[in-house]
Amino acid sequence: MRHILAVLVENNPGVLTRVAGLFSRRGYNIDSLSVGRTESPHISRMTIVVEGDDLVLEQVTKQLHKLIDVIKINDITSEQYVDRELVLIKVGADPSVRGEIIQIVDIFRARIVDIGRRSLIIECTGDEGKINAVMESLKPFGIKELVRTGKIAMLRGQKATSLNENREDD
Amino acid sequence: MPLSGAQIIIKSLQEEGVDAIFGYPGGQILPFYDALYDSSLKHYLVRHEQGAAHAADGYARATGRPGVCVATSGPGATNLVTGIATAYMDSVPMVALTGQVACALLGKDSFQEADITGITLPITKHNFLVNDVCDLARTIKEAFHIATTGRPGPVLVDLPRDVQVNKTKFKYPDSIHLKGYKPTTDGNKGQINNAVKMIGEAKRPVIYAGGGVVISGASAELFRLAELTLSPVTTTLMGIGAFPETHLLSVGMLGMHGTRAANYAVSECDLLIAVGARFDDRVTGKIDEFAPRAKIIHIDVDPAEIGKNVRIDVPIVGDVRQVLTELNSKLQQHLATDWQDKVVRWKEKHPLVYKDNGSLKPQYIIEQIYEVTKGEAIIATEVGQNQMWAAQFYQYTAPRTFISSGGLGTMGYGFPAAIGAKVGRPEKTVIDIAGDGSIQMNIQELATAVYYNIPVVVAILNNGFLGMVRQWQEIFYDRRYSYTEITGPDFVKLAEAYGAMGIRVTDPKEVKPALKKAIAANRPVLIDFIVEREENALPMVPPGGAIHKMIGG
Repeated sequence: MRHILAVLVENNPGVLTRVAGLFSRRGYNIDSLSVGRTESPHISRMTIVVEGDDLVLEQVTKQLHKLIDVIKINDITSEQYVDRELVLIKVGADPSVRGEIIQIVDIFRARIVDIGRRSLIIECTGDEGKINAVMESLKPFGIKELVRTGKIAMLRGQKATSLNENREDD
Repeated sequence: MPLSGAQIIIKSLQEEGVDAIFGYPGGQILPFYDALYDSSLKHYLVRHEQGAAHAADGYARATGRPGVCVATSGPGATNLVTGIATAYMDSVPMVALTGQVACALLGKDSFQEADITGITLPITKHNFLVNDVCDLARTIKEAFHIATTGRPGPVLVDLPRDVQVNKTKFKYPDSIHLKGYKPTTDGNKGQINNAVKMIGEAKRPVIYAGGGVVISGASAELFRLAELTLSPVTTTLMGIGAFPETHLLSVGMLGMHGTRAANYAVSECDLLIAVGARFDDRVTGKIDEFAPRAKIIHIDVDPAEIGKNVRIDVPIVGDVRQVLTELNSKLQQHLATDWQDKVVRWKEKHPLVYKDNGSLKPQYIIEQIYEVTKGEAIIATEVGQNQMWAAQFYQYTAPRTFISSGGLGTMGYGFPAAIGAKVGRPEKTVIDIAGDGSIQMNIQELATAVYYNIPVVVAILNNGFLGMVRQWQEIFYDRRYSYTEITGPDFVKLAEAYGAMGIRVTDPKEVKPALKKAIAANRPVLIDFIVEREENALPMVPPGGAIHKMIGG
């Protein structure tokens, strides 16, 4: 089963290596990992999608907690959450097929962010299903290049993965 | 008055109560060594950085205080790696300080640059690269805090040259703020109550004690638990000394080279109380057949150890000593049943034995060391047969008297570790039980022992083989002795060349006099015991086998 972990870490050099190294040396499978700063410049947040049964997840969580730079871990898989991914896709787009592509872009509420003579760059955000569907729809036109961010996620409602109780430290 | 980074390091070490450091200078750690020259800190110059790491480790295991080692950048730092990994696997508190090229030269493949924080990432509890002298005192404080609390382990602090040179005002911090590091020490009350209930219902309990008991100083509490519950006690290699092996309830070590009594007891028990142990594969053998009839209570300070290898019925995360104190206070005195009799009968029926055929047997030498030292020495070991015989044929009664590389199994560990142990516990007789293979891996430290007159006795069980590997070749590879026959120097002459005392023993009758002479000499001594060449360390569980199916012994 796939789990989504929201992980708060100290924004120290090497923290990404520590986390990634832990996963590889203990043989855990990362589906995706995305990282960026939070509202506090000292703290970064990782969204890690990891594949494994409950026992593996228990070990992943415990081993992550052993890293000194890891402050908080939330497995939000079984909770209500919003998740998003961003993808940029460069497709082949001769003038003859541009109209068709623009229709697809509209249907998915994606955006065209660059136009070349023979190609377009399309930006799309959404959950994983939507991103996959966009990719499938654009495949026939020839995908020249594709980059996606990996999943980021946040709990709905009042619940949060944050350090508000420690705010005065910052 | 502002101090240089180097001076700040020295002051910080003194604030931490460090009284001995083991190290080796070099270009990028020169500012530190210059400041050291004026300080009262005792520094031991080793002959190879690996020796420094093992000596710091041995010091830590013998005293319970953190060991400190120092090396320069690049090759100096990488030479520490095996020693750091050794300490990591056995949860030894250690702080390793390494020189590094100046911050501006980092990442440019500079002379003697190695990414030692990257290299040691998976073998340290944590590490730091300090890039501002203003962070230095706080970082060292954090390094010692992390190394010594929770589940201890090595912490490396990488010190670029300019950070050692730059100046700032020194103030050693009073407190520590690490958001992501708060070890649990108190056991969960509910789980402790569950354990009390489970112990009350058990008919055939066994205590399986590991290095965590030694580390948390919980021997007295373990003793009380054993006597309250009348549980036979087996220890891991790392747990040796946590419970007196002379006690009626002791069944000795378990696992691959454990006693039959220990392995049978674990296989038949209905409750296994695991205390500060981690269900290592050398202990459990075939995991599906390990303690198959038992419910398991697991007490450990590291939550990640719980449920890692085996399913646990009652997990208790906390400091072993605190948890056992709490647990003991809730237990009733149990009465003896057939179970204790049965275990005692196993002990009587299957003692550790060897064939006495008049030749010089390694096991006999260990027994004589036990007699001569009255069981009061600190025994360090190398790795292999010497280590197993040292574990089996000497009866340990106190914690921190058996010093051995358990997790990593590092050949060459014992001798420098013995030097560190003797520095930390000068009042103790310290003996390194070695093989002729292992001793050659860090033999250069004889010069260190002689120079500082650290009177360590090295007992080489010399069989001209890499004995444990040869044993496996004999049993599992049809006696095809591929590259396990090994030669060495004339160890007596070598000892004398280094300025130590050398003694050769070939006859069983000479063993005791030689040991007495070596201990009385009060200087470094190397005894070359020429032992029977193809003696095996038995009994033995074949790798991957169930622990009650032992061969030999």
